[in-house]
This record gives sequence, C-alpha cells and structure tokens, in this order.
Amino acid sequence: MASPIGQLLQKKSKTVLESWINIQLQDDGLKEELLSNQEIRKQSEEFLQSVISILKKEDSQNTESPEFEKAAEILTEITTSRAMQGYTPRETGVFVFSLKEAFLSVLEKEFKDGLVPYADSQKINKLIDALAILTFETFISSREEVILRQTSEISEISTPVIRVWDGILALPIIGTLDSARTQVVMENLLMKIVETESTIAILDISGVPAVDSLVAQHLIKTVSATRLMGAECIISGIRPEIAQTIVHLGIDLANINTKASLAHALRSAFMMLKLEVRKTAEKPKF
Amino acid sequence: MDKIPILKMGDYLLVTIQVDLYDRLALNLESDLVNMINKHSSKGVLIDISAVNIVDSFMGRILGNIAQMSKILDAHTVVVGMQPAVAITLIELGLPLSGVHTALNVEKGMALLQEKLLLDSTVIADDTDDNT
Repeated sequence: MASPIGQLLQKKSKTVLESWINIQLQDDGLKEELLSNQEIRKQSEEFLQSVISILKKEDSQNTESPEFEKAAEILTEITTSRAMQGYTPRETGVFVFSLKEAFLSVLEKEFKDGLVPYADSQKINKLIDALAILTFETFISSREEVILRQTSEISEISTPVIRVWDGILALPIIGTLDSARTQVVMENLLMKIVETESTIAILDISGVPAVDSLVAQHLIKTVSATRLMGAECIISGIRPEIAQTIVHLGIDLANINTKASLAHALRSAFMMLKLEVRKTAEKPKF
Repeated sequence: MDKIPILKMGDYLLVTIQVDLYDRLALNLESDLVNMINKHSSKGVLIDISAVNIVDSFMGRILGNIAQMSKILDAHTVVVGMQPAVAITLIELGLPLSGVHTALNVEKGMALLQEKLLLDSTVIADDTDDNT
C-alpha cells in the first residue's frame, strides 16, 4: 500500500522543486560561479524524484530498500563531485537540509490551518536526516581521498634526482625526511645511479627544516647504500643551525663527505672526477 | 659439489657470481678465493654480484670476510654491480661493508683496482728512493 503523503508530494513535486531550488539559491554560502543554475536544477530534480519514491513506500525508514539505495547513489555522486570541486561542508549540507524546508512549506499549504500531521513530518525529518548523515560521510571521505592523493603527489614531486653533469647526480631533499620518504629517496637515487652510471651523488639538504637523530640516521643509511653501489655521496646545504644540532645531538658524520653548499659540493665532485672549470680565453677584440 | 669459478687475469682474480648464493657455496668461495690469492699472489680481487638478487646477513658477512682476508694477503677487493635492492637490504641489516671497495660495474671496478695497485707501487718506489 502506498503512503498518502508520498502520493501528495508526487502530485506537488513541481512546486516542491521550485521552492527547494529557491531556498538553495537564496543561501548566501553558495558560490554561484561554481555551479550553474541549470546544474542545480538537474541534480535537484533527479534527487527529488528518488526521495519522493522513498516517501511513497510504507517503510520509508528502511535503508536497505532499492529506492533508498538509488537516492543514496545519486546523493553520493553529487556530494563527491562537490567535494572535489572544493565546496565547503555548509554548501554541501544545504543541498539536503533545504529539501526538508521545501517539503514542509509545501505541505503546510495542503493541510488546513497549516498543521502538518506529526507522523508525516516526522517521517520526512527522519529520512532527510539519514540522507544528511550520508552526505557528510561521503563528503569527508572524498576530502580525505583528495588529501591522500596530494600527499602522495608531494612525496613524488619532492624527490627528483637530477643529473647535473656526466657522472654527477644531485638530489635536493625538500621537507622532512621520514622513514617512508627515505625509502623512496634511496630507491630513486640508487635506480638513477644504475641508469646513468654516475659515480657521485650530491644530497642537498638545504630544504630540510630540521635534522634530528632519526633524520641523520636516514641520511647515513642513504650514504652507506650509495657507497655499497660503488658511488660516492656528498651531503651539501648544511645550515649553521643544523650543524649545531648535529653536534649537540652527538651524531657522528665524520665518515661522510659534507659541504656547506651545493656549489662547493659540485666543485669537489669535479675534483674527484679530475674535471676542471675555467674561464675561456678572452676573445680577440677584432 | 658446486663451485663458483675464479678466473685469474694477470695480477687480478675475477669472480662472477651468476647464481643466488647459498651458504655452502659462499663458504666454498671464501676458502677457494683465499687459496687462489695465496697461490698466484694476486694483487686484486674483483667480485661481480650484479646477478645476485637476494642477500642475507650471512652473505654480507662472507663478503666482509673475503675483503678482510684478502687485505691480510695484500690484495684489494672490489665488489661491483650491486643491485639497489641488495644495497638497501644490506643497509637495513646494518652491514655497511665498510672494509670493502665498491664500484658501479666491472669496468669501473677494474679501473679502481689498477689505481690502487699504482698507488701501492708508487709508495714502494718512494720508499726505495728514500733508502738509496
């Protein structure tokens, strides 16, 4: 048996849609430039139909029913796309919550004295709340997905291995070195050493904000691994504060070739490879 | 019994490990190599491990041992062609093989050995100069 409230809303669905879209557009928080009017209309219409089809059924609270699943699917899609486009939680939430307002305002006009039966309004409330919770879950999880993707992108971007000369590689490290990143850095470096047959690798740590014993441990590991491969490793870009910290922590870098700047490291790499950089002879004036 | 061939080339001994080392094989290699150095009074040992994909702490120790033993017998050891994964494993095992010389490939390893030998002979020449 179909529920009377559902039937009524189905008849009035045009009015509900209009009033819902108006409420959505009136909300100050909505960024108009992000979403065109048309798009709101299309999404709203689709979603409204699926919600009404739930309300038409007797067991509207059943979250397992095919109708509810269809509505959830549409809502998930809308929320995910909004989260990806950088909408605020408020803007996303308004989409669902304003539907409740639209339903009730339409129903008010239908019943005499504007008194919507308690059971019906409760039914609508419960359904919308269930959908709102779903929206937030989806919103947060899509945001987390974005964050995860960015994290992995950052770690990819921040460990480039540059071939600065024949047989010389440079690896500028930017950001804190944790175990996971050290692993990536080390692997990238060693692969590149094999690939380019380089004999010298310069690790530039001027972009590392702080060096503690753990970071130093990771640096030493990288240097030792490079050495095992048969290449020399120079650490450059050690800022005065970092030199102080290293000594205060009692970390022994005596076996590691360290240089103050990348330029110095490059110069000593040239010396190791018996290369020389000098000015060309001045050109004759005529 | 399996053996890893050791090739003599002038003053050097060449060892190419083409199979994954198991313990028995590694121990045999160690004793064979020491005997060969002694027999030919070789000045350098080059071990190519580019085909080795798996190492454990025992292999790491054997490599270190070989280097130390050859040092006592007055020969330099160069390990060449270590795979990145192998290098990372050895470091994670805490075996930086500090006594062993390393090179990227056989060519560079040979150059390194020759350099070391040249250095040794000049030192000896200097000494004799001083004496006369």
